[in-house]
Amino acid sequence: MIAFLFKGIFRDRSRSFIPFLTVTLGVFLTVGMYSYIKGGVFTITRFSANLGTGHVKVTTRAYAQETGAPANDAALTDAAALASRLADDYPDFDWAPRIRFGGLLDVPDENGKTITQGAVAGFAADLLSSESREKERLDLGRGLIRGRLPERPDEILIGDILARRLGLEPGQKAALLSSTRRGSMAAANFTLAGTVDFGVRSMDRTGIVADLQGVRAALDMEDEAGEILGFFKNSLFDRNKAEAVKAAFNGRAGADASDDFAPVLLTLRDQNGLGESLDYMNAAQAVIIVVFVIPMALVLWNAGLIGNLRRYGEIGIRLAMGETKGHIYRSLLAESLMIGFLGTVAGTVLGLALAYYLQAHGINIRVLMKNASIMIPNVLHARVTTLSYVIGLAPGLLATFVGTAISGRGIYKRQTARLLKELET
Amino acid sequence: MDNGILIRTKDLVKVYPLGQQSITALADVNLTFRRGEFAGLVGPSGSGKTTLLNILGSLDAPTRGSAEVLGEKVETLSHRKAAALRNRHIGFIFQTFNLLPVYTVYENVEFPLLLLGMPPAERRRAVADALSWVGLADRTKSKPSQLSGGQCQRVAIARAVVKKPELVLADEPTANLDAENSHHILDTMETLNRDMGTTFLFATHDEKVIRHVRRKITLIDGRVAKDEALAGS
Repeated sequence: MIAFLFKGIFRDRSRSFIPFLTVTLGVFLTVGMYSYIKGGVFTITRFSANLGTGHVKVTTRAYAQETGAPANDAALTDAAALASRLADDYPDFDWAPRIRFGGLLDVPDENGKTITQGAVAGFAADLLSSESREKERLDLGRGLIRGRLPERPDEILIGDILARRLGLEPGQKAALLSSTRRGSMAAANFTLAGTVDFGVRSMDRTGIVADLQGVRAALDMEDEAGEILGFFKNSLFDRNKAEAVKAAFNGRAGADASDDFAPVLLTLRDQNGLGESLDYMNAAQAVIIVVFVIPMALVLWNAGLIGNLRRYGEIGIRLAMGETKGHIYRSLLAESLMIGFLGTVAGTVLGLALAYYLQAHGINIRVLMKNASIMIPNVLHARVTTLSYVIGLAPGLLATFVGTAISGRGIYKRQTARLLKELET
Repeated sequence: MDNGILIRTKDLVKVYPLGQQSITALADVNLTFRRGEFAGLVGPSGSGKTTLLNILGSLDAPTRGSAEVLGEKVETLSHRKAAALRNRHIGFIFQTFNLLPVYTVYENVEFPLLLLGMPPAERRRAVADALSWVGLADRTKSKPSQLSGGQCQRVAIARAVVKKPELVLADEPTANLDAENSHHILDTMETLNRDMGTTFLFATHDEKVIRHVRRKITLIDGRVAKDEALAGS
């Protein structure tokens, strides 16, 4: 019977073509959009983690509560010992101390007089030790536009847009004017090693990255760190494990909840509203499927009604020959599932082709992010996951099933008593 | 049913509601058909021929009285049981052939056997037999659109008899055919009736059909006006 139905589907294009096209289009969009949102979530998570939040972060409560300028007066002390303890207690993570800082970058002439100044904000990371993975994590090499990566503690990288605005060339000196941990004014000379396209609009305009050692010296923060970021060694954020580590660390013996300077551990989701944003984007994936299922089901319902009208005679003869209404209804559902499956396969192939293309090339959203201050990369790439291969099954099969299930109910209203009269015409 | 009786109606009444009023399509019809009969229901339009075929084909139920077909009381059959009775024991032939246009001759004839769940090898044999009975063994791969009206009706006959039903109900089977084709069709049905013992019951206006039947039942205003045995062709 299945083979019989298949022949009907293939030979009678008006029975299958519009439903097939509808399913193909819907599944294509579902797979493409799902993969793109997935890629967006992945990219934003990775960027946020690498540039600021880590997968988890240890800092002081006071530092964590400061959402504006970095509160280095509340930085962690004995950072090396703390990082070492963290490495011992939580070996699944790679621990990386960072200092966030801001200030003015002063560009002098050969006589030391200021030519130009610009506000900068950025962070210091361990760019020089052989055991540090920070250079690789921050992917600075790929974003390098001019010059080279820092090789000495007194060398810095800044955003290429900022450098051009300040007229600063690699090899030129500039002074960082900031404040020390204790509130005094800090002024330290740095050499511009290179300029970088951070891939994040806000950082390209004001970003500065320096070596931890140099910034510690400049800001009087020896053996201190604003925060110690923890990264899963496989580089993938695992929410459950992160929450478990958070509970273990914050609930450890001797932790003092009232001490603003005691270290606390935050997960990526606890920072900058990322948890809500990620939940929202994950919910959007489910919404996409529903959004596609409903119009597809409506179109397929309509196509089913037209198809059943066109096949009125066929259904009549089948009833007369002794096929039950239930059997005909189920055979229509089976037909629709076959069409749905074929459409799903075609839509998935096309959707995956789009997703793979967007995974390789991405979409540049720089224009949209022109005035944005949040850290979202300029290019968002899709991400093809195992689910990308099967996500289309839900809208593809469900929509055809629902569409046919509704339209096919008309069969139950057919009166066999009228069949001979109906089949005379 | 005993004594070779295939169909028995007793005080059969069919009334159709029509707004506040009602129309009596069949009134106290008492008929008996034995296995192997080749009978025609004749009468003017609205005389109740098709209504009677409907009931005997378990497509409709009587308002009152009884219609017993192959031992099953039609008035008590559920939709499912009525479908099963048609599926296993009754073949239909229609005025407009009603072949499935996207399927080949072979597939059209095969379809009732698929519904019966017959194994493929048995099915192939049965379809080949049925098509050879109607002289279309060489047209298995043709689509209905490639056949003449007479050939289409022969396919419809093959489809009706392929499962070897006890009863074939034919509603104006020659109405859309010319004289020559009508003659061939009726010859074919007569042969099947004779060779296989299948009971054929026609509803017809067509004199050509009436000349072939061996029993003619005339219905007027839903009543059996005359029930006569004929010599047949």
